[in-house]
Amino acid sequence: MRRPNRTPERAEHRCLIDGSRLIVESLARSGADVFVGYPITPANLIYAYGFKRVPVAIAAPDEITALQWMAGFSACGRIPITATSFPGFALMIESIGMAHMMELPMVVILAQRLGPATGSATAGAQGDLLLLHGMISGGYAVPVLCPADFTDCWELSSLAVHTAVRLRSPVVLLTSRETVMTQRDFDLGRLPDLTAAERVLYSGPDPYEPYTPEENLVPAFLPVGNDRHQVRLTASTHGRRGVHESVAAEALANTARLQGKVIANLPEFTKFELDEQDGSETIVVAWDVTALAARQAVARLRSRGRRVSLLVPKTLSPIPPIYTEVLARYARVVIAEENLTGQLRLILFGCAGRPGLVGVNAIGRMVSPGDIITAVKEQ
Amino acid sequence: MSGRFLTDSPLPFCGGCGHGLVVRNTAKALERLGVSPLDVVLVTDIGCHGIIDGHFLTHTVHGLHGRAVALAAGIAAGLPETKTVLVYVGDGGAVIGLQHLVEAAHHNFDMTVIVHSNMLYGMTGGQPSGATPCGYRTPSCPAGKAEPGYDLCQRVHSAGAASARRVIGKGDFSDVIVEAMTTPGFAMVEVMEHCSSYGVKHNPERSLEAIVRDAELSMEPLRNPVTKPFRIESRGEALSLLAIDPIDRRFRAGLDRRISILLGGSAGEGVQVAAETFARAAIAAGLSATKKGIYPVTVGVGYSVAEIILSPEPILYAAAITPDLVALTSLDGFKYYQRVITEMRSGHILMDEELPGPVTNATVTRADIRRPAGKRGAALYALALLARQHRLFPTAALVEESARGRLAGKLDISHLLSQPDKEDA
Ligand SMILES: Cc1ncc(C[n+]2csc(CCOP(=O)(O)OP(=O)(O)O)c2C)c(N)n1
Ligand code: SF4
Repeated sequence: MRRPNRTPERAEHRCLIDGSRLIVESLARSGADVFVGYPITPANLIYAYGFKRVPVAIAAPDEITALQWMAGFSACGRIPITATSFPGFALMIESIGMAHMMELPMVVILAQRLGPATGSATAGAQGDLLLLHGMISGGYAVPVLCPADFTDCWELSSLAVHTAVRLRSPVVLLTSRETVMTQRDFDLGRLPDLTAAERVLYSGPDPYEPYTPEENLVPAFLPVGNDRHQVRLTASTHGRRGVHESVAAEALANTARLQGKVIANLPEFTKFELDEQDGSETIVVAWDVTALAARQAVARLRSRGRRVSLLVPKTLSPIPPIYTEVLARYARVVIAEENLTGQLRLILFGCAGRPGLVGVNAIGRMVSPGDIITAVKEQ
Repeated sequence: MSGRFLTDSPLPFCGGCGHGLVVRNTAKALERLGVSPLDVVLVTDIGCHGIIDGHFLTHTVHGLHGRAVALAAGIAAGLPETKTVLVYVGDGGAVIGLQHLVEAAHHNFDMTVIVHSNMLYGMTGGQPSGATPCGYRTPSCPAGKAEPGYDLCQRVHSAGAASARRVIGKGDFSDVIVEAMTTPGFAMVEVMEHCSSYGVKHNPERSLEAIVRDAELSMEPLRNPVTKPFRIESRGEALSLLAIDPIDRRFRAGLDRRISILLGGSAGEGVQVAAETFARAAIAAGLSATKKGIYPVTVGVGYSVAEIILSPEPILYAAAITPDLVALTSLDGFKYYQRVITEMRSGHILMDEELPGPVTNATVTRADIRRPAGKRGAALYALALLARQHRLFPTAALVEESARGRLAGKLDISHLLSQPDKEDA
């Protein structure tokens, strides 16, 4: 038997595997130590793996409870994770806002499926990005990382844990049915080693102020119930001490810092793939599983002599400034995503859009390479 | 009074509000317990009672309306038993979060919940809550609440609470709180009180005792047998999810282009395992493969179909727009793919000879599949026939891969493959 918790040998190790397996293994190796589950398709495989692999796994009676329990575990110094889809995520949002305000690290996996509402549980979609950009009252950013392929499932899940701990924040790992359920041949030997997130606890003098930021704008953490210093956590507008202070200047500064810390640390969790071709005036942009169709489309276009570039954004909140800088260089921007309204398009360019902006959209089926090729060719 | 547990600031409640008395009794109970403030975590809900967190010198956590019990459950389960977890919630918060109370009692989370039961929502202006007793008047129901309120103690008792007890919020009831805090597991104290701003004025002539009596709310302590409080326990190091057997490249594939294959069959007939085995066999022959299963949410009935893509190149986009090959082993699978096969302009459909004749421009082969292979072997056999006929990869790869994994010892189709199929003959 293989030794547990060891990356398989560097030699080729081909297998038929789904993304859920890579995500859970990566989260566990990176330090996630409690899985809280409430089942929902297409996140059920993640649930099953969570119960097999994460040191503590516990079944919640609903998604609100799941998030509240997670906040409790996080307050005690654990790194909790869960997985859900839109209907469950909707129930979690008030509590994610709480965890964001209290500055409690955790990872929420959102496996998108076809909506609206209950929609079609077994059909994929990329319909929840816009929601993630507005889910915190006030529009504050929660880091969102979105794997495009299986290697990303491994690397970004780990980055999600590290980011959650480093920023003292909930992090959303955004994925969708195809990534977490479809099985693909994959070489495990290609996966890099991962390190567990290191938890640095406050070791300074009394009084400990739970919301006094360090240099990176993130306050040092101490678990509730510790024997050294009093810890106060609150979801109400608060200053450094962690008690409600309404609209006092210090409290508002603290609230603004919540956004500031995410922006200030954004370079540490900015991930994207940029494949530019000299002389191309068109760039294809695609996220989540549509990125695979886009890679295929771009390869085919190039093989036929068409010049075209590709951007696969993987950090989807906040939007790293590099995306708009890159896109500004192109006369045509083709954004492909599996939704009706063009959510990334709206996030990047708003209702006004921009000249040369083209959306490639589909619901109830994946955007195909052919869809993208057609859009790129249309002038 | 401040002592070791409270700051010196005056309490934030209206004069005469019952919440103040709960706070003083709590502080007294903690003094009597002899714990240190850092041994205590106070979790407060949203409501007038909840704004007290800044006055306590314990650890404090102030969350969302109705969710304090669930938040505290996570804390209680994550801390050692030497710590005391205390929850403050209003009757309003207790009702919006009733499931959390029931769940916490059921799991026996180690905490003491103190319900500030002032029979209305104080913070939002005195609306009745689900726990407001029948006839109790509030500003928004001046004629008195029409229906009875929940008996919160009964609810948590029937859910398994180690202890649940109602007290009249007058004088010194710190002993009741001490008793709850020393009870291992989930204990609840419901303190009946008046809201001096919205309750007293509208119910001037009624004492708390009379209201409780008229509502037939029992003052008897309710107990369940003591069980071990719930704490999260690490299961130790688990086996890596990546500890799966590698598929060695040991066969040579005949396939030289990307193809997509649909497999249509019925639930319970091994369709998904067959498709997985087929994909693994293709990988053993050096191909890239993807497999997607499609079935109704009621997995035990109706169709079960799978989409497989094979390619000598790495597969990116993993969907079959128009299939190249289709294998149909049952009527459920045939019906599921009927529209798809009608639209096929080319390609090959292999189907069991018992199935109805399809309308299609694809080449159709009807073969004896279910009879020799049995209903559980039909899917794998059909795929094997396709692999052989279209020289995708050697059927020996399929036989070997089916001898491993989930089919090991359960399904062997090698004897069927040793005979030439009709097409070859
Ligand atoms: C989800 C949500 N819904 C509604 C509210 C508004 N709200 C704040 S406090 C409260 C009721 C408080 O009543 P209770 O829990 O009995 O506490 P009290 O104020 O009487 O102490 C409500 C409805 C809220 N904060 N959150
Ligand atoms: S409004 Fe009622 S419940 Fe709130 S503090 Fe005043 S008296 Fe107490």
